[in-house]
Amino acid sequence: MSRLQEHPIVDFKRGKEVTIYFNGKPIKAYEGETVAAALYAAGIRVFSRSFRFHRPRGFFCAIGKCSACMMEVDGIPNVRICKVYVRDGMQIRTQNAYPSAENDALAIFDRIIDRFFPHGSHYKKFTSSKTLREIATKQMRKIAGIGEFPKALPKEEADYEEINADIAIVGGGPAGLSAAIYAGRLGAKVVLMDENPYLGGQLIKQTHRFFGSGEHYAGTRGIRIAEILTKEVKEIENVDVRTETKVFGIYGKTVAAVEKDRKLLKVNAKKIVIATGAYERTLIFENNDLPGVYGAGGVQTLMNVYGVKPGNRGLIVGSGNVGLILSYQLLQAGVDVAAIVEAMPFVGGYFVHAAKVRRLGVPIYTRHTILKALGEKKVERAIIVELDENWRPIEGTEKEIECDFICVAVGLSPAHELLYQAGCEMKFVPELGGLVPVRNKYGETTAEGVYVAGDVAGIEEATAAMMEGRIAGLDAAIKLGYGDEEAVKLRDKIVGELEEFRRGPFGERILRGLEKVVR
Amino acid sequence: MQEFCKRGYLIEEELPEPPSEERLRDKRPVAYIECPQRIPCSPCKEACRFDAVIMETINDTPKVDYEKCTGCMACIRVCPGLAIFMLQIKDDKGYVTLQYEFLPWLKKGDRVLVLNRKGEVIGEGVIAWALNPERNDRTQLVTVEVDKDLIFEARAVKKVVE
Ligand code: SF4
Ligand code: SF4
Ligand code: FES
Repeated sequence: MSRLQEHPIVDFKRGKEVTIYFNGKPIKAYEGETVAAALYAAGIRVFSRSFRFHRPRGFFCAIGKCSACMMEVDGIPNVRICKVYVRDGMQIRTQNAYPSAENDALAIFDRIIDRFFPHGSHYKKFTSSKTLREIATKQMRKIAGIGEFPKALPKEEADYEEINADIAIVGGGPAGLSAAIYAGRLGAKVVLMDENPYLGGQLIKQTHRFFGSGEHYAGTRGIRIAEILTKEVKEIENVDVRTETKVFGIYGKTVAAVEKDRKLLKVNAKKIVIATGAYERTLIFENNDLPGVYGAGGVQTLMNVYGVKPGNRGLIVGSGNVGLILSYQLLQAGVDVAAIVEAMPFVGGYFVHAAKVRRLGVPIYTRHTILKALGEKKVERAIIVELDENWRPIEGTEKEIECDFICVAVGLSPAHELLYQAGCEMKFVPELGGLVPVRNKYGETTAEGVYVAGDVAGIEEATAAMMEGRIAGLDAAIKLGYGDEEAVKLRDKIVGELEEFRRGPFGERILRGLEKVVR
Repeated sequence: MQEFCKRGYLIEEELPEPPSEERLRDKRPVAYIECPQRIPCSPCKEACRFDAVIMETINDTPKVDYEKCTGCMACIRVCPGLAIFMLQIKDDKGYVTLQYEFLPWLKKGDRVLVLNRKGEVIGEGVIAWALNPERNDRTQLVTVEVDKDLIFEARAVKKVVE
């Protein structure tokens, strides 16, 4: 039984018991759980088969951003089961595998085809004749498959609503919530949209106390900050909160979204704040697609939101704050941490976070990396290796680590798509984690009236995201004529605090990045 | 990059200036902060009503004025880095108070393994005092009684499972 009954920090409130069917087999689940969490708790590790070679795949991100978990749900193919909540009688099937993803007949390809077609070779094979190539590609796709034609259609009738607002905010994480609260308090009419049924974004899995200053909730647990901000935003009448609402497009100043899968929203706004957060990155190593190799955030979601143990003993790759905090959280859930490996010669996150897992006996291997994951259908072991000055593995230093899962905590990339669509000028800035928009110090991008805040503006701590959100919300409202000099003073004060916040060694990299995009 | 960032723990030379023997033997415990890296964090300073935590800007490392510290424990309650320890020597016994966030919760009288900064077991200790976890949003504060020479060594506890 891998559901946690007790936890030092979180009380898991499970809903009514329901039965879902996985490839026809009944499985007990609790309302409020995602299908992915329920299947995982029931011991299912193989969620799908890969496009090529039918390699087994587990989940990775657990927040709907990687598509490793797609299954057929009640006849509808390609559903990301990490985003769908269980319902009594739900029928879930693995797709593109026969008879099931766990025991896939076509997986035989995994064993023999490699000899003829090494990974990636299909880009080079069959290039002599166009016809041959077309036939081969078609066959390959057929075998791979991405689900079948839908067997069912959603029953609900569709609906439509047009809303006129001052400010539309996309994303209800720390940045979006802060923007909504600060703009709303000045009197602006705000629509806040988030794809999840709850607000708080990734704060809902942050069980640790936050850094920063008291004014920005330092010393308070992330999960509590989510509660506080959610309560604050709901108290403001002129903020219209729409959860389970997926924004799929921005056309000028019009935001298009779908609410609860059945209602099309057209939000005409004067200003837009984009606070869509980030994606988890992966790392290249042998067998990195084996079930049991998970994103660090995915494990946090599974464990801290749904109370499902990821395994018995984990290996953490990456010693940034996420990797360090996750290690501590695993220990709190009664899971062993075999080791933390870090390719840099020193710990990437805050020293105090490293110290707190180190004194509980977790080894930290700096200048080491993971070479490969080992296991049949899921992770059983891993091989790590020491790196030389030029980041090359030193032969003979391989170490075998016993573990049944591996967490990849190597960073995040901004979820930038909507910014592109809104017409913002974008730049690739490695210091900020990837593609970010050019903007001014209040977060306004080159698309007039379109603001950016939080991780999508550059990967940083949640505290900085909250400050950026406040600034963007205030500035957007002020430009629309809300608030007096007090509001202007407050905005400038927060801009100053954020500068102060970034003045330490951990802010250096961010500041270097910001120099390239803040005008 | 400082050496301790390679190791993940501090060694003797890197520790902050200790409080005087006299202060350690006072009736009130004293806060000892092991937070040597410049990070944007200041709740310890903000929590201290006695201005005993010195920090000019949010990125400075905290320094305790041991004479001003009243042992009130406001700072250790909120420290996200679990980097504050309350130290005291009483009747020639050492007492270390630390933040504890694991199950089962600890009670007065519980026997625990005492660990150093590297995670090595350096002995056994007895819990002399434990704050109800509900009173501090589930971060329990526990005081472990150890040999007085170990107060600069004992940095974690694990419950002895009988
Ligand atoms: S124990 Fe109290 S007086 Fe001493 S430093 Fe901490 S908060 Fe200040
Ligand atoms: S609260 Fe803790 S982690 Fe933060 S500065 Fe103070 S001692 Fe360091
Ligand atoms: S999309 Fe479901 S695990 Fe990533």
